[in-house]
Amino acid sequence: MATLKELAKKPKFFTNGHRGCAGCGAAIVARQVMMATDGNVVVVNATGCLEVFSTIFPYTSWNVPFLHSAFENAAATISGVEACYQSLKKQKKYDKDLKFIAFGGDGGTYDIGLQSLSGAMERGHDILYVCYDNGAYMNTGIQRSSATPKGANTTTAPAGKVEQGKSQKRKDLTAVLVAHHVPYVAQTVVGEWADLTKKVEKALSITGPKFINVFQPCRLGWGYDPSKTIEIGRLAKETCFWPLYEVENGKYTLTYDPKDRKKPVSEFLKLQARFRHLFKKGNEHLLEEIQKDTDQAWQGVLKMCKCTNE
Amino acid sequence: MADKKLTVAKTGNEAMAEAMRQINPDVVAAYPITPATEIAQIFAGFVADGLVDTEFVTVESEHSAMSATIGAAAAGGRCMTATSSQGLMLMAEMLPIASSLRLPIVMPEVNRTISAPINIHCDHSDTMFVRDSGWMQVYCEDAQEAYDSILMGIKIAEKISLPMMVSTDGFIISHCMANIDLIPDEDVKEYIGKYNPKTWLLNPEKKITVGCLDLQDYYFEHKMVAIDAMRRAKGVIKECCKEFGARFGREYSFFDTYKIEDADIAILAMGSLTGTAKVAVDNMRRAGKKVGLIKMRVFRPFPADELARVVSGLKALAIMDRSDAMSGLEGPLAVETKAALYNNDTKPKIHSYVYGLGGRDVQISELESIYNDMDDLSRAKKKFDENVTYLGVRE
Repeated sequence: MATLKELAKKPKFFTNGHRGCAGCGAAIVARQVMMATDGNVVVVNATGCLEVFSTIFPYTSWNVPFLHSAFENAAATISGVEACYQSLKKQKKYDKDLKFIAFGGDGGTYDIGLQSLSGAMERGHDILYVCYDNGAYMNTGIQRSSATPKGANTTTAPAGKVEQGKSQKRKDLTAVLVAHHVPYVAQTVVGEWADLTKKVEKALSITGPKFINVFQPCRLGWGYDPSKTIEIGRLAKETCFWPLYEVENGKYTLTYDPKDRKKPVSEFLKLQARFRHLFKKGNEHLLEEIQKDTDQAWQGVLKMCKCTNE
Repeated sequence: MADKKLTVAKTGNEAMAEAMRQINPDVVAAYPITPATEIAQIFAGFVADGLVDTEFVTVESEHSAMSATIGAAAAGGRCMTATSSQGLMLMAEMLPIASSLRLPIVMPEVNRTISAPINIHCDHSDTMFVRDSGWMQVYCEDAQEAYDSILMGIKIAEKISLPMMVSTDGFIISHCMANIDLIPDEDVKEYIGKYNPKTWLLNPEKKITVGCLDLQDYYFEHKMVAIDAMRRAKGVIKECCKEFGARFGREYSFFDTYKIEDADIAILAMGSLTGTAKVAVDNMRRAGKKVGLIKMRVFRPFPADELARVVSGLKALAIMDRSDAMSGLEGPLAVETKAALYNNDTKPKIHSYVYGLGGRDVQISELESIYNDMDDLSRAKKKFDENVTYLGVRE
């Protein structure tokens, strides 16, 4: 794997000058994913923040071929692009080697685009799908998604006088993708550039469908100072709120183990305005519940790491 | 010289699948739906037997079928799909994206009504629902016309960089067998030629961003380019129909006419009904009535001026719509034909009919009585309370 210095010297396949918010985690995901490639890639993007802020005509941040068509269909669209590439190659009408990367937010991936993603994964296209999961529909103004964590305040599941934000647990999409028996599935987080680029490099070295779920702090939707994107991303990892692991051909491997330094989940929650109401008197039980859910999910990952490697 | 004419018996679906085999698209992405299922199914057989070079993408929905076809066409391939009814409705979001991205996708569409109530039989509600999606639309009378229109469609779509749907009436054409004349494979290959897209995603020479966010400062100009393409499409269709006729001996146009030259009254219709109507015309002619038929083929772009010219000399015209837009007006063919005639100094008396919804059959005798009613209308011997009659519907 390249060092940070080497990565910084690579041509910018995703350039600065876009209109992402200060401290935008999605832009970091795009930048670092693209850094992990050699530039011979085609990108397809679902409608969402990333597409909106990086392609405002007549500008584009993409120094690679880029296609956006709609919201729920990035996986189906890239299926077509990849199928065309395979067809032209087979017919000897095209000789360049290319990789195919789709980006979608949690809205375009967990929810409206889940069917399209599932279809593309099952069909076995040679693609990498990267979900930048910021846990709500940020582009339309912070509405809850199935990736929104329990207790988070969003505009469609707000914390009010009787409700305390989203009352349901988030969907475990990474597990859903593992159930597709694809060769590579991983979770990583903004703030761990080495983990992220390593996983992208590994994914792109494998033929077939790959999926990486990148946990991505959103300063606007989560409510924190723009300078804290990296810190909050790392806390998600250190509290095991978002475990880092990869699944290669069904085998789970932890890529970060806090061992006895696992931090309480409140360390992650307390920096974000979307969880502020949980720290009010009378809501202690909710914090306990979130800690319990987090521990349970973490134990689940540890169990999978153990049993799939026996 | 050996006779190169190949006459075979084929259903509408088989004829359209055969055209697809001869076109040999780079990518086909399709999802089954009655009554279009067979097209992709037959094509899958061609793939399995190595008769085509196509990557066949067995998508999980029609939305994904159109999305994958768009992705493949944007990538630089000659790409096709096929659908019907609810499938077309599910594609609806993606149809204007295909047209405004200027992708020359050609799609066989088998006309079937739309839910609810669910019904698998023919009317034109599905394609009429998406008539304003920026796709060219051709409605065919029979399997021969469908086969020819698909081949011509490739040429037209690629010349004007707009997609086209070629439709046949569900079951009536799609599942009924008729003799058709095929064009030999090598002649089709030569006719459609190689596809050379002007801009394509995989072009190693030029990296492009497709599908940008386009705001108040540019959207209108960009949309205008696509709008203009549809306006120019008429010229391309005309030219391609002429070329096809010269090459293969079957010449088409925006519409075909039958015994219209000296006719006082006529029926304007689309699809398989026009075959039935020709029999009615012949019967009426034998009885000494000067009646004719206009078979509308190209509904998008709408050939307003050409149609106005043909009908302006008539005394009365019955317009047959196999769909009702639930607009509170009349069917779409009637509304648009009337709009086309607005600036004409002379125009016929017009009454419109909505017929055959959900596959309800229309008899020759019903068409004859429509001709008689039009005759009476032209002589002011008949008045209708409403502008539209719902043919044969029980109260």
